[in-house]
Amino acid sequence: MRVKALSIITKHFPESGGSYLQLLADSLISLLAGFLVGGIIIYFAGFSPFLFYEGMFIGAFGTTGSALNTLSYMTPLILTGLSFAIAARASLFNIGAEGQMYFGAFTAVLMGYYLKFPIFIHPFVVLLVSMLSGGFYGVIAGWLRVSRGVNEVISTIMLNWIAYYLINYFTTYYFYNPSRPYETPTIGNSAKIPPLFEGTTLSYTFFISILIAVLFYIILWRTIIGYSIRTVGINPSASEYGGINVKRTIIMAMFLSGGVAGLAGSLEVLGRFGNLDTGLNIVKNLGFDGIAVSLIGRNHPIGVIFSSLFFATLKSGIVNVQAITSVGGKTGVPLELGITVQGIIVMFSAIPSIISMIRRWRRI
Amino acid sequence: MPPVDIISVFLTPVFYLNMLKFMMPITIAALGEIIAERSGVVNIGLEGLIILGALSSVYFGIFSGSVIIALITGILTGIIVGIMYALIVIYLKGDQIVTGIGINLFAYGFGVITLYFTWGTFANSPYLPSSAMIPKLWGVSPLIPLTILLSILTWYVFKYTSIGLRLKAAGENPEVTESAGINVYKIRVIATIIGATLATIGGIFMGIDWLNQYTRDIAGGRGFIALALVVFSNWNPLRLIGGGLLFGFLYAFSLSIPSGIIPDQILSMLPYIATLLVVAGYAGKAKPPAALGKPYTKE
Repeated sequence: MRVKALSIITKHFPESGGSYLQLLADSLISLLAGFLVGGIIIYFAGFSPFLFYEGMFIGAFGTTGSALNTLSYMTPLILTGLSFAIAARASLFNIGAEGQMYFGAFTAVLMGYYLKFPIFIHPFVVLLVSMLSGGFYGVIAGWLRVSRGVNEVISTIMLNWIAYYLINYFTTYYFYNPSRPYETPTIGNSAKIPPLFEGTTLSYTFFISILIAVLFYIILWRTIIGYSIRTVGINPSASEYGGINVKRTIIMAMFLSGGVAGLAGSLEVLGRFGNLDTGLNIVKNLGFDGIAVSLIGRNHPIGVIFSSLFFATLKSGIVNVQAITSVGGKTGVPLELGITVQGIIVMFSAIPSIISMIRRWRRI
Repeated sequence: MPPVDIISVFLTPVFYLNMLKFMMPITIAALGEIIAERSGVVNIGLEGLIILGALSSVYFGIFSGSVIIALITGILTGIIVGIMYALIVIYLKGDQIVTGIGINLFAYGFGVITLYFTWGTFANSPYLPSSAMIPKLWGVSPLIPLTILLSILTWYVFKYTSIGLRLKAAGENPEVTESAGINVYKIRVIATIIGATLATIGGIFMGIDWLNQYTRDIAGGRGFIALALVVFSNWNPLRLIGGGLLFGFLYAFSLSIPSGIIPDQILSMLPYIATLLVVAGYAGKAKPPAALGKPYTKE
């Protein structure tokens, strides 16, 4: 029993059990395993894994422009990572960041297009509304959990599909650009968040993401809400006994989780794309990426910032390899290679403290 | 749609055939999950297992042209993934939900890159040669009655045999089960492997029986609908048959509404909304095994 309690503590509280160094080593092993299996797959597909990874690295950091581009990929990953992390702190598995992010992105396009506000106020109004829309979409799953006993893994996946088709319906029939029917209209200039430097994809939204991560750290460890969320995550019945309203905490955690996922979608719209395609392809999978980001960051807001840098490298690097390998109008290596590697990384990150296990084996 | 049209939908044999086709993969995957969960192990990687089962059976079916090889490789895939999953969650004490998420991510990505590297496309594989398709008995796939028979068999094993009793005991109270001299690890490993294999059979059905090709979104959330079905059937294999038929009915009905009356997107949404509503109506009353999802360490 003591062992079980200890393993829960080390998993959820990097400060109290296990040193940071050990946790870092565990995360690095998961990442290495992902790359190793990825390399094997690349080898069997007929490419040189070394050339592949070299191309990835050059693509991600070869020039100042590409390095800034890599940083720009961090912006949504930090937020979807936080989305998974804060729910995980309450022992909830929110796999619905994808749908919540779609809602935030769609709301951002709507608000950016229809609302008229002065230049500095408009983006913040849009961000606030899209955060609320993502949050309320998350609350549906939270409400189903506390009032109907529906496991959030099932409900959030169903809600992802529903969000996708619902937005696809609106963008196909009502809200499209007449001259380019596969896209929505573009948001007004007053709603756009400008790039840091002319000609790069890195925009001021990056700092908003970092700020939100720090804010989440403060929420989790310096506020009553955060304390309730973490306590409910460790032992719901004991925290109920200790006077915490478990149901309200779960709904609050899902609201924060969905809200920050919605913010991820809306920052992508305001700071990078300006609109969406009807198939939502330009924002697809950002929500699922957040799962791996959060797990490698040990569900810790600051850890999430660092691990999102890693996954941003993976993403921007693969985009580069795709560009190199595409010949004569035929697209190169699919970006889904990144998801495959992520899957392996996630599986390995599930194993508690690999390092201490290896130590134990060596002693035997 | 005028009411006469709705009635005529139910009169065609195609409707019932579709209903059975929709029912089969979710039911067999849910049956596997019931077996695993009754022993105390959750596997939310059903979606990924369906993908991998469909992918491997179609891949080897196309290249060998033999239905036997397609079936064997598909089932082997389930056994291999099942062993890996059991290793991670039972012996290494990995988090069951996180590992399942990993399987789903991996399978989805792996499916797309296999499509690309093998056939140079992102959408779907070519069709199977007819020699690699599962032959039909009187127009119906033999896998459909097999699913129903397996469900009844599982119900019988759970209710009347000592193996079933041991399995359920491992999922309710592993410590007591172990002290009664039963090897909990062994039971959980076997149940997990059977569960994973049954889920891949759902994928094999999708690949080499129904669609006769591999498509990017072949699972389409079926793995998660199967998870919902487990809750709906209250971990009872007999009730599962009824639940599977109900879900199959809902699917087939949404498919048989002529296009143009309701937009495609709304139709595609219906199964997911229906699943959500059904689970919301039943989850509170369902009673999962007591030790479900908790890693067990031998003292």
